[in-house]
Amino acid sequence: MAWRLRLVPEKTNIDFFRIQWVTFGASIAMMIASVILIITMGLNFGIDFRGGTTIRTESTSAVDVGAYREALGTLELGDVSISEVFDPSFGPERHVAMIRISARDGEEAVTPQVIAEVEAALQAVDPSITFPAVESVGPKVSQELVTSALLAVLAGTVGILFYVWVRFEWQFAVGTVAALIHDVLVTVGIFVLFQIKFDLTIVAALLTILGYSVNDTVVIFDRLRENLAKYKQMPLREMMNLTANETLSRTIMTASTTLISLVVLLIFGGDVIRGFVFAMLLGVILGTYSTLYMAKNIVLMLGVDRGDKPKKSDKGEYANVDA
Amino acid sequence: MQPMALWKRILILLICAWGIVGAVPNLFYGRVERHNDAAAAIEAAGGTSSAEQAADLAEWPEFLPSALVNLGLDLRGGAHLLAEVRVEDVYKTRIDALWPEVRDALRDLRDQVGSVRRAPSPDDVLRVSIEKPAGMATALEAVNGLNDSVVSLTGVGESTLDITAEGNEIVIQLSEAEKQATDNRTMQQSLEIIRRRIDEVGTREPTIQRQGQDRILIQVPGIGSAAELKALIGTTAQLTFNAVAPGGRTTNAAAQPGPRQAILPSMDEEGVYYIVEETPVVTGEELVDAQPSFDQNGQPAVSFRFDTTGARKFGDYTAANIGAPFAIVLDNEVISAPVIQSHIPGGSGQLAVLLRAGALPAEMNFLEERTIGPELGADSIAAGRMAALVGMVCVIVYLIACYGMFGLFANIALAINIALILAVLSAIGATLTLPGIAGIVLTMGMAVDANVLIFERMREELRAGANPRRAMEQGFDRAFSAIMDSNVTGLLTAVIMFWLGSGAVRGFAVTLGLGILTSMFTAVYVTRLIVESYLDAKRPKAIVV
Repeated sequence: MAWRLRLVPEKTNIDFFRIQWVTFGASIAMMIASVILIITMGLNFGIDFRGGTTIRTESTSAVDVGAYREALGTLELGDVSISEVFDPSFGPERHVAMIRISARDGEEAVTPQVIAEVEAALQAVDPSITFPAVESVGPKVSQELVTSALLAVLAGTVGILFYVWVRFEWQFAVGTVAALIHDVLVTVGIFVLFQIKFDLTIVAALLTILGYSVNDTVVIFDRLRENLAKYKQMPLREMMNLTANETLSRTIMTASTTLISLVVLLIFGGDVIRGFVFAMLLGVILGTYSTLYMAKNIVLMLGVDRGDKPKKSDKGEYANVDA
Repeated sequence: MQPMALWKRILILLICAWGIVGAVPNLFYGRVERHNDAAAAIEAAGGTSSAEQAADLAEWPEFLPSALVNLGLDLRGGAHLLAEVRVEDVYKTRIDALWPEVRDALRDLRDQVGSVRRAPSPDDVLRVSIEKPAGMATALEAVNGLNDSVVSLTGVGESTLDITAEGNEIVIQLSEAEKQATDNRTMQQSLEIIRRRIDEVGTREPTIQRQGQDRILIQVPGIGSAAELKALIGTTAQLTFNAVAPGGRTTNAAAQPGPRQAILPSMDEEGVYYIVEETPVVTGEELVDAQPSFDQNGQPAVSFRFDTTGARKFGDYTAANIGAPFAIVLDNEVISAPVIQSHIPGGSGQLAVLLRAGALPAEMNFLEERTIGPELGADSIAAGRMAALVGMVCVIVYLIACYGMFGLFANIALAINIALILAVLSAIGATLTLPGIAGIVLTMGMAVDANVLIFERMREELRAGANPRRAMEQGFDRAFSAIMDSNVTGLLTAVIMFWLGSGAVRGFAVTLGLGILTSMFTAVYVTRLIVESYLDAKRPKAIVV
């Protein structure tokens, strides 16, 4: 037999429900913690959602946040945050910082004078400084972006709920969506905890997490449906374990290839999309976990209608090809 | 079960070949871009080319496809503006221009309505008080004479003005239909003017789009900053009305204009020039209104109206020069040079061309502006390319380690998948953004999922004692339901992202959605074709997945 790299042994017999109250409890605890964090600490919104201006600076000399702050202090800009950006590709001669200026109340348009003043003040501190990117978003647009982002995540969830409900049973739909909410909520919670900038691209990442997580869950449910038809007498709990073990190799395989791509992106993809990639990375890990420990548990709690009447879906065109 | 039909195999191979050929130009981005630019320039010049253009053109063979993926602003560098046009500004201009007309109309009825005054009112309402309320009916009738029907597609039959009486005041405002028609006109004029000014700089593929009711999205690659772009949009084109010198129409570009005269090319007629007086009769600043209408022959035209001084000058000039042509000059090009038929006293008339001149009809607020330097864009491309390459190598090695020869098959499918994504993006002229590149790299990870499902199934079948052929068939058929379900949900989220997202998020949604579609094709059909061909050719007794 040829050699193969195997992360999962050929035959596994893990009881995913043995510690179900620990795992389920941990999930619930993480979700509650996330909600508390979101309420108490709040998300570190980027200008997409809060309005304001970000200026990316680049210089050959080291970033002196204190000096920058001092230089901008005289301009009465209101809330200013300055953070240095690190990336392995920068080398010793490149120092990058992000300066964020909050939008002022009642100011719809972004004044170019302010930006010019800021740039002049920074140039006085460091003559070699350049400004590769300047972005401003007015409060009106940022309000709309918040609304459309929330709407997007909501619409995504509802769409998935509906699709899974149509393709499977309502219990499966509830389980899937509970797992999705778990993944998204905990990801957002971690963003709050580390105060990572939350902007439009992160919303795109959350939506992709929805897609990935549901993909994972649906594959297991698909197998479960097949097994429900095959082993009429097996208790549900046992059958779920069998299903999860049968598909475990695939679950780990797909998660690991996706993680490989993401880790590569995290290292080489540059600092501009790092937040986005980080969100995806969290989502894939959480999605895999919630597939194994969350979605099934909820279906088990809700129970599945296993009446003797043959189910319509079991006679699907793909299910019984070997008959 | 039957092996795959021949036509199916050929179709699959054709699609793969199309994908690879269509993706190739993107590997030589700089070359193909120069080729395309040169081709466009030569076409615009009517087939003549300079040596430099010919050299650029030769950089890429004509018979190969030359469609490229558009690079988004975040990759190419440039400026992005979202502007809100203050369409209400135009109402005020219209109302202010209406007042003299109302005054003139009522002046003739002085004995019935008494003296007439403009009463204080909001900007978009004209309130006129009359001395003798008894004459209100007559006054209303007279003012109604100024009413017109709305020129628009939907507002047919509706009048432009809402005229009502309140006590001794006549209240005049633009009707809803007219406001809408005015808004549309304002937006169209704004778009046209912005497009014209940006085209003058000749940058590559600017995006100038109307968004919603009153917004304009402007994206210009290669421009230094958003401030520069705003300055560019803000520059007013110069519109003037100049007298044409006697015998001023000529086809001789080298003709010598007299003192205080200039020779200007015609905008529409190739090779025609006009010698005009340098001092204009009237300038665009004296123009108060320009809107589309129809001339007496039912031809589309543009009506225009001057302010008081402009109207007087124009009236005097036309009265003195009946039979002589005068030139309408926009940025030193003659739009049109009609012959004055009669004295035009009211200072209004019609131009049988689109009036693309003057200042923007309304002011703009800038809601969003982004500048991305070209160096940052280049960095992002380099980072994206690096990540894609390293990611690709890692996934290839990993798959071969896990599935041996079948991993290699999956890798071939994956490579074709990426070629297909690039080819489709190029063909539909989609824009690739940095999140879009992330989407492609991510697809590499996720596209493998379908193959993993299939291979895991094949392993199970082999363990259960199936022969290679049957294991393959079972593997593909049984995995299909799961592949289908998981991809439909993925596609669903991509569609929602595209529908609700904007800018970079949309770019990501497009690549993600496309990636899902193409990966289904490559994982299910291409891999199957490869595996089947392998089994047919070698007829192995046993296989190890």
